Amino acid sequence: MISQFFILSSKGDPLIYKDFRGDSGGRDVAELFYRKLTGLPGDESPVVMVTTGGRRHHEGRHFIHIRHSGLYLVVTTSENVSPFGLLELLSRLATLLGDYCGSLGEGTISRNVALVYELLDEVLDYGYVQTTSTEMLRNFIQTEAVVSKPFSLFDLSSVGLFGAETQQSKVAPSSAASRPVLSSRSDQSQKNEVFLDVVERLSVLIASNGSLLKVDVQGEIRLKSFLPSGSVRREVSLFPGYGPGIRVDEVSFHSFVNLDEFESHRILRLQPPQGELTVMRYQLSDDLPSPLPFRLFPSVQWDRGSGRSTLEPKPRSLNVRLHLPLPRGVISLSQELSSPEQKAELAEGALRWDLPRVQGGSQLSGLFQMDVPRPPGPPSHGLSTSAPPLGLGPASLSFELPRHTCSGLQVRFLRLAFRPCGNANPHKWVRHLSHSDAYVIRI
Amino acid sequence: MPYLGSEDVVKELKKALCNPHIQADRLRYRNVIQRVIRMPGVQEYIQQPILNGLRDKASYVRRVAVLGCAKMHNLHGDSEVDGALVNELYSLLRDQDPIVVVNCLRSLEEILKQEGGIVINKPIAHHLLNRMSKLDQWGQAEVLNFLLRYQPRSEEELFDILNLLDSFLKSGSPGVVMGATKLFLILAKKFPHVQTDVLVRVKGPLLAACSSESRELCFVALCHVRQILHSLPGHFSSHYKKFFCSYSEPHYIKLQKVEVLCELVNDENVQQVLEELRGYCTDVSADFAQAAIFAIGSIARTYTDQCVQILTELLGLRQEHITTVVVQTFRDLVWLCPQCTEAVCQALPGCEENIQDSEGKQALIWLLGVHGERIPNAPYVLEDFVENVKSETFPAVKMELLTALLRLFLSRPAECQDMLGRLLYYCIEEEKDMAVRDRGLFYYRLLLVGIDEVKRILCSPKSDPTLGLLEDPAERPVNSWASDFNTLVPVYGKSRWATISKCHGAERCGPELPKTSSFAASGPLIPEENKERVQEVPDSGTLMLVPNLQLTADYFEKTWLSLKVAHQQVLPWQGEFHPDTLQMALQVVNIQTIAMSRAGARPWKAYLSAQDDTGCLFLTELLWKPENSEMQISVKQNETRTETLKSFISVLETVIGTIEEIKS
Repeated sequence: MISQFFILSSKGDPLIYKDFRGDSGGRDVAELFYRKLTGLPGDESPVVMVTTGGRRHHEGRHFIHIRHSGLYLVVTTSENVSPFGLLELLSRLATLLGDYCGSLGEGTISRNVALVYELLDEVLDYGYVQTTSTEMLRNFIQTEAVVSKPFSLFDLSSVGLFGAETQQSKVAPSSAASRPVLSSRSDQSQKNEVFLDVVERLSVLIASNGSLLKVDVQGEIRLKSFLPSGSVRREVSLFPGYGPGIRVDEVSFHSFVNLDEFESHRILRLQPPQGELTVMRYQLSDDLPSPLPFRLFPSVQWDRGSGRSTLEPKPRSLNVRLHLPLPRGVISLSQELSSPEQKAELAEGALRWDLPRVQGGSQLSGLFQMDVPRPPGPPSHGLSTSAPPLGLGPASLSFELPRHTCSGLQVRFLRLAFRPCGNANPHKWVRHLSHSDAYVIRI
Repeated sequence: MPYLGSEDVVKELKKALCNPHIQADRLRYRNVIQRVIRMPGVQEYIQQPILNGLRDKASYVRRVAVLGCAKMHNLHGDSEVDGALVNELYSLLRDQDPIVVVNCLRSLEEILKQEGGIVINKPIAHHLLNRMSKLDQWGQAEVLNFLLRYQPRSEEELFDILNLLDSFLKSGSPGVVMGATKLFLILAKKFPHVQTDVLVRVKGPLLAACSSESRELCFVALCHVRQILHSLPGHFSSHYKKFFCSYSEPHYIKLQKVEVLCELVNDENVQQVLEELRGYCTDVSADFAQAAIFAIGSIARTYTDQCVQILTELLGLRQEHITTVVVQTFRDLVWLCPQCTEAVCQALPGCEENIQDSEGKQALIWLLGVHGERIPNAPYVLEDFVENVKSETFPAVKMELLTALLRLFLSRPAECQDMLGRLLYYCIEEEKDMAVRDRGLFYYRLLLVGIDEVKRILCSPKSDPTLGLLEDPAERPVNSWASDFNTLVPVYGKSRWATISKCHGAERCGPELPKTSSFAASGPLIPEENKERVQEVPDSGTLMLVPNLQLTADYFEKTWLSLKVAHQQVLPWQGEFHPDTLQMALQVVNIQTIAMSRAGARPWKAYLSAQDDTGCLFLTELLWKPENSEMQISVKQNETRTETLKSFISVLETVIGTIEEIKS
């Protein structure tokens, strides 16, 4: 049972506020939440907070929130509810708002206030969830989303983030998937499209001697459908290719997925509603079928305080950033990098080495020299000069690998059982992407 | 916002409610009924539209109308429950539309709140179980929650239900999985193997949530992992790598993960876990580094040698924020695991240079005091502290220094005598802080009594904490927290939850308080500590006074006259006298007042009675003569037993003494 729901901008300005039960104080509760959030001591979790003291009608109210795209989505309740359920609801609301408004953000929300309130009216009544299915909601939502920029397929400046190629070898702009799901009502010219993303998050820990301590892959197959619904029967069949040697653990499927042919032919069938849907989730630990995407060869010499690191990425990768915490007091940095595109700088006690674009199979090296102040204290107690001072490392890498999945799982085929109704065949975009969650190399 | 309406809005709403056609338009109906929540003065208008709505053909209207019933009920405030409406809602549980069914449950729960909520009997439970697959994830989670209050009649039925629910443990929605898990845990509370089995099956979804992209979900899942670990310490041991922290995670998640790592450590993974934790100790965030050191300290209770070695190495880094925490960890460790004392004593020399904060200094001084005989340079380190005591800002450090130096003086008198003298002189003559000064005076006077006495007091046997460690494997049964699973309790932690719900409770019963305890308003009559002391007396002796002794005044008078005075005593009593206070205090120790003079009467008299567990009666007369400033006590006993009489007199003395103390 939810008493209130509100959305705050990253600076704490209330964008949306809705009171479902009328049993609690007014809008100042949003302000109270933000004050509490910013005043929280570092070791306490902000996820669930309780109000104590202060105004009487706020007493004993629990705030549960998620942060999504820089916004705070908050519910308040005075009951001992299921935290899993509420967090799930909040992230579902975030997806839903994203579906209806194009993408979730401060701008889109404030442009579509009426639409958001309309949605909330349908999703929650008296603080109880009614439905969150796009299919059911579309019957009741009248307001059209206001989109800031008209979408154009030929806007080539936005080409690229995923750079996915389809059968027609066209390039899907990265913004293609971020438009309102339901705008087709007014704009018939828009294409029927289906986006299928296989996204993997990689967390890796490599010991200083190069041995692999931990590999963890969290994978998701997400489907975003812009197909018009209603008269047309839609069925999507996926063929996630599991070759020999590809295996995933802890698979869970969305309840819409029909698994009859999964065991025999590895086919997933589903009738997707409009909007975004996570078809399948999986995990993979410890044994990766393919070698790790990056190898780092650090070599550190302490006599002069210089370090050379060599990076060897396997596949093509984008936005690679190496983050290396440095000992306290490092002031100067001199660098020798292998290409002008790269950049290295000192920020917040750490070295940041940015490589916007890296070719697969290449080897890059950087040489960094730093002056480290000697640790205080008499030398007799002190460390020998060759021992590393405190605070160096571990190095962490962040990156995106388009068209690469670490588990080797790929969607081989996407078939739409779709009776065209005057429109052209729907476009299908299949994209694969791996990105780093935590890729840590100890030094 | 048209809510919290102006006159116009209320009028408009009334008009809409009177319009028989509003139901024709589902959206308009929804809008009208939704807005009803906070409209006073529309009660009489909404009843009919809502009742009509319950029987509407469109499921959308029924959904709105069902929740409308709850709104209507809450709007009326404390109005009586409408039996016909409740019956209608119960029958709507069989509705075709799944959302109507779930809304019915919610609505009934609110309407019947006074009676403990909706009753889930066997037919309803089985009906709901059969409808589960038709519901969406929110409905499923809600129904699972309602099913918690159903008690299956037989074991057979129980396992049928569990079989039906099995598929929900595999659901893609974490809310449903956790709801189903909780239901399993509660239903199978007499079958520990079923509970363990369920917890094994929920491992996968929980671990997935722990590495979820959503930080918030991750945090909540970690809290639940910790909850499970309290009962099943080895449950996640093979998955320890999942709880390694990554650089980009927020602080609160890292702290939870470190806690989890501490709890799942076992012989197989201790090496890897400690290596990982050691990495955190040099983290750029000092808070996180310190949390990691404390974590190593708590693992050290089981794996002492490895941990002490790591901690000793950390001292070598000569970083202030690390050294202080390591020394504090050592202090706790030496106390809990005396076998590591030798290693700790060897590691200590030299670290005094890197400690600046109060907590760290206290820990170091304590260690030097207690184990100073094994640390060669202990007196010299303490001497430095004594030299700088004037500039020391924390009183707690000075207190610790006094105790430590006195202790060290006992084992190494030659090296310490001089500086102990200086310290005592400073503390007594120059110190501004009263607590430190009093402590100094206390030790000075203790020393005056003689060195043997000091030894007897300072070095008397301590309680042995290692025994406590042995009997505290924290093996709490699953049933002790099953009802808290999938609620906010594990998220806040049990102790914080207790304070939160206490606040709630106090607020709820706030208005009733003055009635039940009229005297509380005028402040506690007996301060807490005194009360304890008073109650201790009857426990320590053989005397046990029975509570609630009922004696009529007549019977008392007869007995009083027939007995001789067994004991008479005079106690000093200065100044004013409050009979109420005395009566209260006597009641605490189970002495009943039979009769007393009104307040202010001179001389003042009171008759008291008490009975011990063997049936021996104590009849007492108090006589207060203000002119002599004394209280005369006469006690009569129906059986002559001098032992118990003595105890009784001492109880009485204590009470009267306490009252006198409070007064003055």
